[in-house]
Amino acid sequence: MQKQKLCLENITMKFGNLIANEDISFVVNEGEIVSLIGPNGAGKTTLFNCITGFYKPFSGKVFFEGTEITGWPPHRITALGLTRTFQIVKPLKEMTVRDNVLTGAFLRAKNRKEAEEIADEVLHFTQLYEKRDLLASSLTIVDKKRLELARILATKPKMVMLDEVMAGLNTTEIKQAVDMCLKLRESGITLLIVEHIMEAIMPISDRVIVLNAGKKIAEGPPQEIINNEDVIKAYLGERYHAKSKKS
Amino acid sequence: MKKPKINTLMVILLSILILPFIYTNNNFCHILILFLIFAGLGEAWNIITGFAGQTSFGHAAFFGIGAYTSTVLFYKFHISPWFGMIMGAFLAAIISALVSYPCFKLKGHYFAIATLAIAEIIKQIFVSWDYVEGATGISIPIVEEGIYNFQFHSSKIPYFLIAYILFLAVVYTAKAIEKNRMGYYLKAIRDSHEAAEALGINTTIYKLYAMMISAAFTASLGTLYAQYILYIDPFMVFPLEISMKIVLLTVLGGIGSIYGPIIGAAVLIPLSEYTRIILGGTGKGIDLIIFGALIVIIACYEPNGIIGILKQKRKKGEHIHAKAKALS
Repeated sequence: MQKQKLCLENITMKFGNLIANEDISFVVNEGEIVSLIGPNGAGKTTLFNCITGFYKPFSGKVFFEGTEITGWPPHRITALGLTRTFQIVKPLKEMTVRDNVLTGAFLRAKNRKEAEEIADEVLHFTQLYEKRDLLASSLTIVDKKRLELARILATKPKMVMLDEVMAGLNTTEIKQAVDMCLKLRESGITLLIVEHIMEAIMPISDRVIVLNAGKKIAEGPPQEIINNEDVIKAYLGERYHAKSKKS
Repeated sequence: MKKPKINTLMVILLSILILPFIYTNNNFCHILILFLIFAGLGEAWNIITGFAGQTSFGHAAFFGIGAYTSTVLFYKFHISPWFGMIMGAFLAAIISALVSYPCFKLKGHYFAIATLAIAEIIKQIFVSWDYVEGATGISIPIVEEGIYNFQFHSSKIPYFLIAYILFLAVVYTAKAIEKNRMGYYLKAIRDSHEAAEALGINTTIYKLYAMMISAAFTASLGTLYAQYILYIDPFMVFPLEISMKIVLLTVLGGIGSIYGPIIGAAVLIPLSEYTRIILGGTGKGIDLIIFGALIVIIACYEPNGIIGILKQKRKKGEHIHAKAKALS
């Protein structure tokens, strides 16, 4: 049996009367690429925030490698080896690209020299090395998304959660991003990806989890999900679903 | 890139050191001492606001705590002000941690307003506190001059040297912080609190460290100020004016830069002292009028302060140099 990396038990998150996540449970195993999909407002980012400690879930439990991390502050969760990127990129604007990555690298490094080694390695991996001396605020959106990834890779995570890293990229850039995800898995990092671009993530995902209106409506291998009626309904609406059945 | 930068700093620091020996004028020495105190205060403030991005408008509180701790210990118990300086720094660090811990939950302007309010509260406490002579203030008893008593009557040079050493300590602490883990962490907190957390940075602890270091240095400079003037009252060491001067001179020079407070203090302190000498009592506040105008101009033209303008110039120079190279 595969080792469980991340385990969610009945996570519910409310904002006042609005239920953003309702009773969500799933497991991510070591070395897997799992995608989390769903229409806008399905609660994907909220769930991310609940897992990584930015929100404290209303009820339910989160486990990482068997340790309960529900309600821990985000920095402790990162120190355990579970970290995330942000959908709306948050570059450290007034620092250079290298300093951004260096900031992440200090988590595992004993001194500055070690941190610099980690940072340079990550910069090469994410193809940002040539741009290392630029200010983070001067980067294009593609590079800002890369930087977002580079910075968290410098913390040497065991599992990475990517929040829409491919949104707004062109076809070539998406391909590069997909390759990067596969390389990450090869290096032993478990991935949980929130994404809208189906053609990019369906081929690389081991499993897909679908959220709609805060609830989990489906989970399974990509092939199964594509043909799942509930999923089609959620994405295309009842009417289109009915039409497609008639024809 | 890095080496000439260190050298510029050293040249600046060395030239400050030899100034009072070249131009031996008591008044000039007095201005230099005030300059060093305020530049040091600016550097200390820079640690919490320039690096960590937590705007404090209440640094006068720590300055006053430093001044009062040493003075009360000397006045009531005849304990050497040197010990008082350490105690003051220690006390200011503890108080800063206690008051800023709840305030760190506030974001942006609200934190700044809270620090402003706290400084006023502390001032009011001292105004009505009989044990420390309340609003009357304390005249520090004049005793035999010497290093142990922290009093020098025949010359201002010892005060200058002490101020210089304290100033060096703050500058190099700030520099050490900037170059190491803590500096990166504080700047990450300044640029994005959430990103910092996601990178595994305990934002609360690092902000507290920054505040405590900043408060401790501010307090030691407060002790020095008290020993130099030899009289303190709450309106002198706790006023909003001191908090504002620290903020303004750093903003003018360049916030978040080691050179910023040095440049800012080099403009503000001579300006306020010489306008007072020239205009006398009628010129009260004219320095702040001029300084305010300078701040407005700087803020419109280059928000990074004078150091920002200098950096731009240098970049342009490099740019032209690179172009010339490419063409040849």
